[in-house]
Parts: sequence; C-alpha cells; structure tokens
Amino acid sequence: MTTTPRWRALTHHHLFWPVAVLVLLLLVNVPFTPDFFSIRMTDGHLYGSLVSIVLFGSPLILVAVGMTLVIATGGIDLSVGAVVAITGALACSYLSDQTDQGALSGVLLAMALGLAAAAVCGLWNGFLVARMGIQPIIATLIIMVAGRGVAQLITDGQIITVNSEPYKLIGGGYWLTLPFSIFVVAAVVAVTVALTRRTALGLLVESVGGNAEASRLVGIRSRRIKIMVYVFCALCAGIAGLMISSNTSAADGNNAGLWIELDAILAVVIGGTSLLGGRFSVGGTVVGALVIQTLTTTIYTIGVPTQTNLVFKAAVVIVVCLLQSPKFRAKVFGARRSGAKGGGTPDTSPADAAPAPEAAPRMEVS
Amino acid sequence: MSTTTQSPTTPEARTPGRTARLLGDRRLPVLVTAGLFLVMYVVGLSRYQNYGFAEPQVFMNLFIDNGYLLVAAVGATFVILSGGIDLSVGSVIGFTTMFTAWLVERQGLPIVVVIPMALAVGAFGGFLMGYVIHNFEIQPFIVTLAGLFLFRGLCLVISKESISIGDASVSSMAQTQVSLGGAFLSIGAVVALVVLAVAIYVLHFTRFGRRVYAIGGNEQSALLMGLPQGGTKIAVYTVSGFCSALAGLLFTLYIQSGDPLHATGMELDAIAAVVIGGTLLTGGSGYVLGTLFGVLVLGLIKSIIQFEGTLSSWWTKIATGVLLCVFILVQRAMTSRRT
Repeated sequence: MTTTPRWRALTHHHLFWPVAVLVLLLLVNVPFTPDFFSIRMTDGHLYGSLVSIVLFGSPLILVAVGMTLVIATGGIDLSVGAVVAITGALACSYLSDQTDQGALSGVLLAMALGLAAAAVCGLWNGFLVARMGIQPIIATLIIMVAGRGVAQLITDGQIITVNSEPYKLIGGGYWLTLPFSIFVVAAVVAVTVALTRRTALGLLVESVGGNAEASRLVGIRSRRIKIMVYVFCALCAGIAGLMISSNTSAADGNNAGLWIELDAILAVVIGGTSLLGGRFSVGGTVVGALVIQTLTTTIYTIGVPTQTNLVFKAAVVIVVCLLQSPKFRAKVFGARRSGAKGGGTPDTSPADAAPAPEAAPRMEVS
Repeated sequence: MSTTTQSPTTPEARTPGRTARLLGDRRLPVLVTAGLFLVMYVVGLSRYQNYGFAEPQVFMNLFIDNGYLLVAAVGATFVILSGGIDLSVGSVIGFTTMFTAWLVERQGLPIVVVIPMALAVGAFGGFLMGYVIHNFEIQPFIVTLAGLFLFRGLCLVISKESISIGDASVSSMAQTQVSLGGAFLSIGAVVALVVLAVAIYVLHFTRFGRRVYAIGGNEQSALLMGLPQGGTKIAVYTVSGFCSALAGLLFTLYIQSGDPLHATGMELDAIAAVVIGGTLLTGGSGYVLGTLFGVLVLGLIKSIIQFEGTLSSWWTKIATGVLLCVFILVQRAMTSRRT
C-alpha cells in the first residue's frame, strides 16, 4: 500500500481513528440488519437505529463532554455517576411531592434544584482539587463513594416514580420529529465548542492542563479555571441525570448512572484526549461516546448474547488504547514505515470469549 | 484483644539520625487511623454495652466479615505504593466467585483443584494488565478499567444467574472455626491475617518491597538508579491480581455462592481502606499495617450501623465518604507541612 501524503495526512488527523472505529462498527451492523441506516417517519417522529443510538447515547455524550474539559486540565472526575444519581433523586423526589406534577413551574423548580445540587458537588470537587491541592482521583472519589449514599438517602432507598408530562420531555419526549434530548445534547456541545474554541477559554484550559504552575505564573487564574471546569462537568452530569430519570420517569439512587464515569472516561480516551491533560477534542469525545453506544447497539443487533457486551467493551478499550499508544504503534507498525491501516492485528485479546448477560442500553425507552 | 492495635514495628524505626523525625511523621497517618479505630471501638463499647458489643467475638467478627476486603486491600496497597491504581479488584473478586462456583458445582471439580486454578487466573490477569501498562505505556487507570470490564463480562459469560455452592467440603471449610480463647476466627480470617503478615514482610523487608517504594516515590530516579522497574511494575499488578483472586476465594467461602454481581465496586472499598490507612495515592509512602486499620475502621462502621439498628445501609457509604474526606485532608495537611 503506497502511503500518499494525503492519506498520511488523513490518518494523522486526530479524529481519524475514532471515526474509523465508529464507521467500522456501524458497517458491521449492515449484514445483520440491512435497513440499519434507514430512518423512517412514524407518527411524526423519526425512528431508526441511528436515531436511537444518539438518543440512548445522549446522557453519555453529555457526561463525556464535561469530563473532557476536566481531563484537559489534567484532572479526572469520578463522581459524575453519583452526581447523576443525586440530581435525578432530588428532582424526582421534589416532583413527586407536588400535588400537580404536570405544572411547568414545579418541573422547572425540580430541575433547578437538581442542577443546583450538581453544581454544589462540582464546587466541592473543584474546591478540593484547586484550593486544597488534592489529587483529582481521590478528591472526586469522596463524592463517588458518599454520593450514592446521599442519593439513596434522598429517595429513602426507594425508587421514586413521577408522572409528569413536561418532565418526561427532556429524556423521552420528541420535538420537531426528533428526540428532545438530542437537541439538549446538541445545545450543550455547541455551547462548549463555542466557549472553548471561539474564546480564549479553551486555550486557558489547555494551558492549565499542560502546566498549572506555569500558567499561574503567566497570569492565568488556574485555580479558578479548574473550579469552573469541575462545576461544568458536574452540571453536565446533572443534565444527564435529569435525562435518565426523565426517560424512565423514576429515580433510582442505587443504579442511575452506575459506571457512567467509566464509560465517559473511555469515551474521552477513545476520542483522542490524553489523560495527561493539556490537549482536548470535544468532537473526538462525542465520537467516542457514539462509539461506545454503537458498540452496545451492535451487540444487540448482530445477535451476540448481550452478556458479552462487557467483554467486547474491554476488547475495544484495549484495542483503541493500544492503537493510540505511540510505543505500540512503533513496535507493531514500525517495521512497515508508519503503517497505514492494520486495526485487525491487535484484535487477539479476549474477544473470542463466549456469551453472558447484562447491560441493556443505559436508558430504556418507554 | 486489642494488642494488635498498637504495634507499628516498621523497619524504619531502626534507622537513626536526622531522618528519624521525618519518618516519625510518615508513621503518623497510621497512628491516626489506629487511634480512630480505638476511639470508635470505645464509643461502640460504651454505647452498646448492653447489647454484647464487648464480646470478644464482635471484635473477631471484624476479621471474619472483612477478611476478603483485607486481602483485596493488601493487594491494592502494593499497586498504590508503586504509584499505580487497580480498578479491576472488584471484578476479579466477582469473577473468582463465579469461576469457583461454576467449576465446583457445574463441573464437579474438587475445591482443592479449583483453588490454584482460580488463583492462577487472577494472577495471570494481573500480569497481563501489568504487561500492557509497562510495555505500551498506557495509563494504569485505563488498562485496569478494561480489566474491570473484562472480568465482569467473563462473570456474565459463565452464567447470568448466581450459582450457589452446596459442595460439602466447601461448606465444611467455610464453617471451620479456629478457636482463640473465648472467640474464634474463620479460615478466611486466618488466611487474611497470613496474607497481611506476608505482605508486611515482603514490602518492608525484601528488595522487591524497596523497589516498589522506590518506583512509587520517583519513577525517574528509580530508573536512573538502575532498578528493574518494568519487572517490578508487572509484579505489582500480578500481586494485586493474585490478592484479588484470593479475596474472591475468601468471599466465595464467606458467601458460599457465585454471582455475576458479587463485589461490584469493591475496588472503591479497597482503595478507600488503603487511603484511610494512610497510604499516599501518589505512591511511595504508606504501610501495610495502615491498610489493616483502614479495613478495620470500615468494618467497624458497618458493625456499628448494625448495632444501631435504625440506621439504613446507605449510611455506610456516607460515613465511608466522610472518613475518606477527613483522611485525605489530614494527609494533605501533613504532606504540605513536610515539604
């Protein structure tokens, strides 16, 4: 295979590998479900595999986008899953106490309450990391451990169900033929991209991630940036929490957003953002989150027992990480002159395992 | 019975001279945790005096009920001391319960054969993760995260449903009591204490132990000093995998079933125990004995909540979180004083 300059430029683009994996995963579906890419209109709503991938993946995209900025500052936020649970629990428990659950004001207040709680969690994380100088993994571990307890405390260990039309809209409703959550995600992503790439904010975040002390000496308020980033991440998690609880019309302090932090970190890594900080790509993260969701969907559609979901996920993580590791690439492709494609080679890992159960899409559509 | 609580017989105590004060400082977190454990125990004694809290068996139950956590936390201590992190602990434990239950119940293998197999699988898993971490320079966080997914997935591959173990030799092993005066320990607790003793020896009295500290303290310096850094790193994750598998076996004995969802999130408990025990998550500083106290404190919280009766189980999580927070802040205050 001749490596023309254009091809090389393409493969060296930071989005190349994530997008390649995504496209590959999408194509895998075609032999099994020939109408995989078709989107049809029923009852004025668009339906189709692609739509549902985005719909189910939207909480993950939100959390992952927030996580991207945190990771860009060289941090990590493990508490997002707990924040998802707290937000949903608080919003639903407030809503379920209302006499008229359908009232718009009540719903807005419930959402504001949930997001406020999320922001408090974010502030706390930011405070610990930026002011107290504690390692991000540990600082956010606190809320990760305690947060689920708090969420269960709020819901009193029960699963609180709500019956509210306006609340249902965020996670399960439709608007302009598309699921409403897609618009929420699009808005959040657009705002994030605009803020980070159209203003200096993104640059500041990257410089803090590159070297916090140097940034401070240059005159960047690196502490403030860090706190801001954690609050933003928690808010994103909060919105995701509202979405998940609204989709199921229930708040489950124990299981809502379980392991979403791991999926989100995974999405960020697949998207090409280095865990060391200093560089980030929101677009890559969105693609990464879609890869994870597509993987889940693919496992369903190709008829592999759903139990293997996690094994596949592990295989994909390893493959993607290996592909991104410069050392691995040097070892495997090095002989063949900055090799072009060859994603198949490292696939030897554990993918040949058998079936097992688990893991439906994160949200059940009702 | 509380003789175990005060004996930080660490080798550094012998090192004389100027460093003595510094090292004294290093031991402080362990002492704080031990002190906290004592205070909690005394409070428990005075509060539930009439409910049998003073029974020696209540104290022994801390070991019986948390033996598996102790073993897992000891494994995590190795990894954390070397500056890494292992998120796969809970999954490996879950997988081991499943694997053991499946082999014993469905395949009819004797437990004596199954135990080495399970340990080998765990250790091999750890070895693989260490190999990838070292050779391809991928962050431990991500690699062990993949391990978490993989082992939890393999649990589900074995079976979706939980498998209860009815094997006679297993249940007799689980019910064996090692009598100690007025109280008894289970086999699991004894194994856990043995693991603890071995870990103390290995970390504080062998060359391998010093290497673990050196790499955790400053990888670059360790490399320049010519320490075989790669081997140590891989070994550390292998130890952690082995300990997780052993913890899984103890957990199987304790609970006598395999379930694909067993021990979900136990890596957090293990890491929390290590941190509460005074080991710095940045690596290079801490004691295995501290981990013991960390586990005991977590266990005591659970028993106090049981004795309290009216408190719901989620208070355990909240209390753990609060304790974690306090200890992290204390550690922070101490390290900033030292530098």
